[in-house]
Amino acid sequence: MTNWIDRNIKWVFTMPAVIFVALMMVAPVGYTFWLSFHEWSMSNITPPLWVAFQNYLNLFQDELFINSLKLMFYFTIVAVTVETVLGVGLAILMNQNIVGKGLVKTLFLLPMVATPVAVGLIWVLIYEPNIGIANVFLEKIGLPGQEWLTSQNLVMPSLIFIDVWEWTPMIALIVLAGLVSLPKDPYEAAMIDGANTWQSFTKITLPLLKPTLYSAVLLRMIDALKTFDIIYATTQGGPGTSSQTINIYGYVLGFQYFKIGQASALLMVFFIIVLSISIFTILLRKRAGVNL
Amino acid sequence: MKSSLVGLKKAAGYLAIVVGISSALVGCSGESATSSDSKSADKTEKKVQEIRVVAANHPWTESIKKELPAFEKETGIKVKIDSYFEDQLTQKTSVEFASNSKGIDVVMFRPLQDGKMYNKSGYFAEMSSYVGSEKGYTDDFIPSSLGSVKDGEKFYGLPLVTETEVLYYRKDLLEKAGLEVPKTLEDLEAAAKKLNDPAKGVSGFVSRGKRAAAVTQFSSYLYDFGGDFMKDGKSTITSPEAIEAFNYYGKMLNKYGPKGTLNMSWPEAMAVFTQGHAAFYTDASSLFTNATDPAKSQVADKVGFAPFPAGPEGIKPYNITSWALGIGANSEKKDAAWKFIKWVESKEMVLKLQTEGNPGARISVWNSPEGTAKFPKDLAEAIAANGKAEAVPYDRPVLINVGAARDVIGDVILAGIEGKDVKAAAEKADKEFQKILDSEK
Repeated sequence: MTNWIDRNIKWVFTMPAVIFVALMMVAPVGYTFWLSFHEWSMSNITPPLWVAFQNYLNLFQDELFINSLKLMFYFTIVAVTVETVLGVGLAILMNQNIVGKGLVKTLFLLPMVATPVAVGLIWVLIYEPNIGIANVFLEKIGLPGQEWLTSQNLVMPSLIFIDVWEWTPMIALIVLAGLVSLPKDPYEAAMIDGANTWQSFTKITLPLLKPTLYSAVLLRMIDALKTFDIIYATTQGGPGTSSQTINIYGYVLGFQYFKIGQASALLMVFFIIVLSISIFTILLRKRAGVNL
Repeated sequence: MKSSLVGLKKAAGYLAIVVGISSALVGCSGESATSSDSKSADKTEKKVQEIRVVAANHPWTESIKKELPAFEKETGIKVKIDSYFEDQLTQKTSVEFASNSKGIDVVMFRPLQDGKMYNKSGYFAEMSSYVGSEKGYTDDFIPSSLGSVKDGEKFYGLPLVTETEVLYYRKDLLEKAGLEVPKTLEDLEAAAKKLNDPAKGVSGFVSRGKRAAAVTQFSSYLYDFGGDFMKDGKSTITSPEAIEAFNYYGKMLNKYGPKGTLNMSWPEAMAVFTQGHAAFYTDASSLFTNATDPAKSQVADKVGFAPFPAGPEGIKPYNITSWALGIGANSEKKDAAWKFIKWVESKEMVLKLQTEGNPGARISVWNSPEGTAKFPKDLAEAIAANGKAEAVPYDRPVLINVGAARDVIGDVILAGIEGKDVKAAAEKADKEFQKILDSEK
């Protein structure tokens, strides 16, 4: 027995993790994959019916699905871009020797630590068009009040704003960690060569920060693609379908329309999208010659 | 490389969670622990039995919770109530039922929303044997209410809460402006126009504007104008009457409504009204305690009620069974569940709860003076008047996939509220709605 264990030690030690991953990740994905070729309305009487690729074909003829794809990319691209720019700015600011740096750092972390649903509900109050503080503020400075989350045009920017508020600190934090670990000598050399602050930022800081930035953006992007909590807590995809991203649409298809097969097909497409974006980003990073 | 793996793992992990929900469908029943208890309880009847009731966040649930100790004392059956907001309730119960969980003994459901779907999916235990064992048991229930929980002659539930759409209004504002209580939709518009004063934070009118949620409260307007959702399996939402109704409802909220109606279901619309920010409000009668309870409403003493205003085709409000109770198909404590349902549906209990403001479905209770004694007098009159009118027994299209149909029709309401082209929106929705109807043939 002991002999057998000794011989197969690498399997024995990795087994628990393998079983866990198989049970908790592969099995559900596999089941969803299986369901995506069936039609089923969660009935206990009628079992899932094989429909081959019909669910996928339906999806790509579904206006709401195409719309939800667009919204998802819109949300992710805008939110992550803004967060990255602001995050780098914040990190550089926090890297200076300012008074109360520790306190400021802690405060910046708060939005990230708060529960997303609670954050969503608070923003619902802030954005409330009749009594919310956002409009009170606008009116104080002489601008007309807006309808924020209840306007078809403003709902996505309003949601993106919440996301930026919540997640910029995360990027800032990762970038700050990168900044702190940067070597000092290139800066000294640059100073002697007469480089100004802007030059040393664009020619030294940014290139050296690249690996950190890639990681931060990748993490944030995957997170943003799959945003569900704040959208569900604030608008549930409304008004109408104007904030119905792919994740929310999947929920609606599954739990409000009881089209489990269709919802599974949607999730599989979503899975493939997230996977390809991740792989693409990794490849990009490799090509840039960055290694972590 | 390492962090990208972390990223991938995170993505995979998240997806696992998303799809993991569906794994709950296969059959990981979360309630297996309690079911083993119940088996032993069955053998030795004397041990305490516990049943689980999954209910909605509704005034009825609040009221019944206070009465539970009496039931537990009388029968020795313990009752555990889980309550959820409407949409979450549908999701929660369907997932549990579909996973063949034995955890739900009694379920509170919306006959018009989920009834057909649940029944078709085999979520309900057949109730006819229980109902049939008591002679003349159903004689005292309003027939149209019973109709909404029956499949042919078989019962899958018992009606619990009934409601009709009434007009909530602010007595003080009307009095100050010297206005009569509107009797027709035309009057309502004129009065709302006069009382609309955004500068003072008072809108003329408020009602639900959120896509699917608005459909039920829009239905009375639709019927009032002589329209309907469908006829003989064909969508009728592009009929001239329907277009007129969509236009009217949209105009009322667009011109005289508060900001942000597009995201309002009843809690939000009710809040606008009870905080004194609207003069008129149309919604279900069963929600009235939210407006008249001083703890919840700042205008509790100023709220008046009136029958739903008449349209060109007369007063045709919906008058429906909004909630019913059923027994879970896999429950191992069906007898105890029936005991509970029988107790809450008994004449005495329905009367008691009705005096607290929960309109039931028993004829004798409605006919007795105590049955409506605690209702505001004008509300009782409004409900009675609505009952006499050519009331419609449904407030949403009657079909299996109600959720999808409501969203489609809700889009037209939305277009109306936003002042967009209602006709174009209705034509688009008509096609979608017809598709849903055809898929159920």
